[in-house]
Amino acid sequence: MEIVDLKKWFPGVKANDGVNLTLCAGEVHAILGENGAGKSTLMKMIYGLLEPTAGEIRFMGKTVHFRSPREAIHAGIGMVHQHFMLIPALTVAENVVLGDEPGRIRFDRKEAQRRVYELSEKYRLAIDPSAKVGTLSVGLQQRVEILKAFYRKAKLIILDEPTALLTPQETRELFSIVHSLKADGVPVLFISHKLDEVLEISDRVTVMRAGKTVETVETSSATPQSLANLMVGREVVLRVEKSPAHPGEPILQIRNLHVRDAGRMERVKGVDLELRRGEILGLAGIDGNGQFELADAIAGLLKVEQGQLIFDGEDITRWSPAERTRRGIAYVPQDRQLDGLVLSFDLVENTILRDFRKRPFAKTGVIDRTAASRYTERLIREFDVRPPDSSRKASELSGGNQQKVILAREVSRDPLMLIAAQPTRGLDVGAIEGIHRQLVRLRDEGKGVLLVSLELEEILSLSDRIAVIHDGRIVDIVPGAQATREQIGLLMTGSRGHSEVSLP
Amino acid sequence: MIFSDPEIWAATLSMAVPLALPAIGGTFSERTGVVNIAMEGIMLIGAFFAVTFSYWTGSAWLGLLAALICGGLTASALAWGAIRVSADQTVLGMGINIFAAGLTTFLLNTLFGFNGTPINTPKLPNVSIPGLDKIPYIGVIFQNQSILVYIMIVLVIVSHWFLFHTRLGLRMRSVGEHPLAADTLGINVWRIRYFGVILSGLFSALGGAYLSIGVLNGFTANMTNGRGYIALAAMIFGKWTPLGSFGAALIFGFSTALGIVLQGQGISSNLLQMIPYALTILALAGLVGRAVAPAADGIPYDPRRS
Repeated sequence: MEIVDLKKWFPGVKANDGVNLTLCAGEVHAILGENGAGKSTLMKMIYGLLEPTAGEIRFMGKTVHFRSPREAIHAGIGMVHQHFMLIPALTVAENVVLGDEPGRIRFDRKEAQRRVYELSEKYRLAIDPSAKVGTLSVGLQQRVEILKAFYRKAKLIILDEPTALLTPQETRELFSIVHSLKADGVPVLFISHKLDEVLEISDRVTVMRAGKTVETVETSSATPQSLANLMVGREVVLRVEKSPAHPGEPILQIRNLHVRDAGRMERVKGVDLELRRGEILGLAGIDGNGQFELADAIAGLLKVEQGQLIFDGEDITRWSPAERTRRGIAYVPQDRQLDGLVLSFDLVENTILRDFRKRPFAKTGVIDRTAASRYTERLIREFDVRPPDSSRKASELSGGNQQKVILAREVSRDPLMLIAAQPTRGLDVGAIEGIHRQLVRLRDEGKGVLLVSLELEEILSLSDRIAVIHDGRIVDIVPGAQATREQIGLLMTGSRGHSEVSLP
Repeated sequence: MIFSDPEIWAATLSMAVPLALPAIGGTFSERTGVVNIAMEGIMLIGAFFAVTFSYWTGSAWLGLLAALICGGLTASALAWGAIRVSADQTVLGMGINIFAAGLTTFLLNTLFGFNGTPINTPKLPNVSIPGLDKIPYIGVIFQNQSILVYIMIVLVIVSHWFLFHTRLGLRMRSVGEHPLAADTLGINVWRIRYFGVILSGLFSALGGAYLSIGVLNGFTANMTNGRGYIALAAMIFGKWTPLGSFGAALIFGFSTALGIVLQGQGISSNLLQMIPYALTILALAGLVGRAVAPAADGIPYDPRRS
């Protein structure tokens, strides 16, 4: 595939403004760029969802103009969307064959399962064809998407931010799938904003910035720093700069905490943990080991079954979320769109969500829009929210800017403690840098910060102490300065011993 | 003992027909992603035009055909509004219900006057299957039932097979769950939804015709008496499957039949008439088992913005 000077202009925006790319047979080619650099627009044009304004796409030696995904699929382009196009209520086999089912009038379920089984054998994508997709893990669902592409005889696989929703283990498995595709001669276009992944998996990298392809480099000659600089267009600080911590009194004491999730499953099974003022405590763990239920329980969103939460000397175990907020607990929830913001509200309404009852935002029960707007505009300036327009709806902002709004709201209330769950998930290098700096600043002001993250790198670079959670229990707590990736990775699997096994 | 009397089971079966048919229709519509609460109105239209054409043509079968055509047309209007112009499906459905109640009452008065529909209107035949009536007990249940009872039983089985064992059935379910995914695989979402909604119109009209030319041979104003809504409950109760809908319709039918039988036992008939409606509330409140609607049920699909 070859892309020559491709352009896509929307009214007022040049989403793609000169994209050049050559994809060779059997190579893994990464497209690296920050959110908003134009990666998705490019993908949509390749997949027939958008029509280019200018330029051309050549595929297998011919110039192509796809007007719909149907035509792109037919030509042999297989796309694995970031948000899967799967039907949870149907089985794996049904999802794979949908639209091209075996049988005449009757749907030949056996034949469908047989074909999907054969494909999964051929491409070494082990999966049960008769399982309901909704019951599968995210990693397995992704396999179904890849199988869908092969069922339609894809000659090229596009992976759009494929690791965004995966656990570290699943990412490993995906990478081995990509390797075996490469061995079979199937070219893979790997879209990502994560430097380490791109460096690990690709043969060549094309960096995009502001709608243009900046440069294509051999991965073997690239470094994280060189790629980050290309992406952002300036020198970026990758490693967080921070002075040694000066931890003080404990701000939060968790004693033998037990928590059940919404489905009544016990997720936190007796956690003892202490967070001090002036430190960042990282909570590391593989997704689904109770870390987010623990965070929700501290914020008051999940009920404590057993145990105690002591905050600043007071027992808050039975307090409502609002009481905890008032007392000085700030929370950046894991799912910013679901729990962090009211997407259909504008930024003013979202920033006063915690304090709208109080002066100066409300007087005798009536909201003072002017005061609220003034406050919001100040936060927008301080936290560099873009676009700087307080009348925008939260849903109109990019993920990074949504996160800035949440952080601005939580931090500006001058809390005693911040719980940050996945604060940089899905954000690009520039935005991550800003959010990390905020967390360190809070710590230096003497607040307690509990950082819950699935990103090991993030935990390692920020935390003063690292607690590792496995199956609802704290396995170990280690000082951040001495922790290594291998050590924490091993603890995350629940093994406490110092074995010789090192994780890849 | 009333439960050992086959008559109550015969009545149950007969009462289930005008609930099961629209419930299965609703299943088809909602499985493709269009909420259909217009079953009540479409039943009324079906009931009215069945009688009218049965009287005019002198053939109950032609009356049935007219009911199906009118029901299909009404459903097409709902489909167009829900699919093409992305209108709110609940409001649209209520609109059709109110319109149908007004239209049928108006036409009843203008066409037939105050005497109502003529008493010599032909109705569909009642039949007993030879052989079946020889079996003790069961034979009594199926003795002299309307032909539509047998048609319903066939439709229940065919519908279930169609929805869960054919290619088109699979596509219908996929469109109701995740239309964008179906669209990217080359499935025409709009066409499938039209099909589902119109199918629901045909089933509802059949249920309406059963009331006016199957059980009786006349039409009275608002004669469906909320059965379209009870069918909606039966559909939910039956977890959006034809077999389940039929099962739920039997339960509701039984409660109606029970009400009729118990009337002779000195219990207030007003109280007994509440039974099916009380059951409906329980079913709709989700107290009887957890029911999960198709994921995209009620959400319009616009392929241009995705």
